[in-house]
Amino acid sequence: MAEAPGVFDLFRGFLILGLSGFGGVLPLARRMIVEERRWLTPLEFTELLGLCQFLPGGNIINLSVAIGTRFCGLPGAIAALVGLIAAPTAIVIVLGAIYARFQSDPHVVHMFAGLAAAAAGLLIAMAIQMARPLWGKPLRIAFAVVCFVAIVVFHFPLIPTLFVLAPLSAYAAKRLGA
Amino acid sequence: MPDLVALALVFGQLSLVAFGGGNTTLPEMHRYAVEVYHWTTDAEFASFFALARAAPGPNLMIVPLIGWHVAGWSGMFVAMAGMFGPSSIVTAIALRLWGRFQHQAWRRAVQTGLIPISVGLVAASAALITKASDQQWALAIVTAIVALLATKTRLHPLWLLAAGAAFGWSGFGQ
Repeated sequence: MAEAPGVFDLFRGFLILGLSGFGGVLPLARRMIVEERRWLTPLEFTELLGLCQFLPGGNIINLSVAIGTRFCGLPGAIAALVGLIAAPTAIVIVLGAIYARFQSDPHVVHMFAGLAAAAAGLLIAMAIQMARPLWGKPLRIAFAVVCFVAIVVFHFPLIPTLFVLAPLSAYAAKRLGA
Repeated sequence: MPDLVALALVFGQLSLVAFGGGNTTLPEMHRYAVEVYHWTTDAEFASFFALARAAPGPNLMIVPLIGWHVAGWSGMFVAMAGMFGPSSIVTAIALRLWGRFQHQAWRRAVQTGLIPISVGLVAASAALITKASDQQWALAIVTAIVALLATKTRLHPLWLLAAGAAFGWSGFGQ
């Protein structure tokens, strides 16, 4: 293990991570945290990520808070989180300003329409990849389908949907191992 | 309700139910932004999602965009504090309690049980974003090709986004 990082190290590490993580930060996060800076061992990283995935919020956002808290308490959490989101925020706002400025130019409108169509394709691919481990487990597929239909077809709000489906799904997982 | 209060409430609430990563909250974010508060049109929401995907970093970068669109800089800060604050506080507290729960059977059951729900929510996001994005057949084909390439190949997502933007720029089929 290397020396424990200070508040500034946390900020700088996550700032670089935020800037470099195009299309998925997680693999890069592991490389930086475990291999390059050695803030955590591989096992510690996996355990901490497991906790972060289990909790609400973005996985990588939670991971920055968890690592920040672990090494430097509240200041560390703030430094890591702000470091992670500062640069991406600046970049999306610049992109948003370009979009707003040229919203009436047909070329730009068409370009953003193409960009949006491609982004939708990426999201479909992500859903397919996430669904793969469910294959051959009919009860889990059923929960995923019911959740999908509730949201897309019936436009149910998320919170009541979660409050009904999540406990049932957890109960099924515990009792039936499904 | 003033916009800033609404932004804080909407994103604060989403923050606490964002199980399985940020993309699972897109349908609910879409419902609030488009249907409940009319902050954006369907197409604007899809564009913001695309811009957020084109930027580096975590996948919740649509949040500052919506906040900024609604109420400028203060909207941006309020939306981000709402989205990232509550879940971060929960994470920091949970980290302290982590050791105690590690071996409990219910933790595994909850973790396993949340997986299909996350899959359903991401699929729902994909359906809603696709519907908002693809108003023409040419765009629907772009979506289908990107989905296929992203599933079957290891092409970097940025290339696929760039190709989609370039195709869009040509105006073909739009």
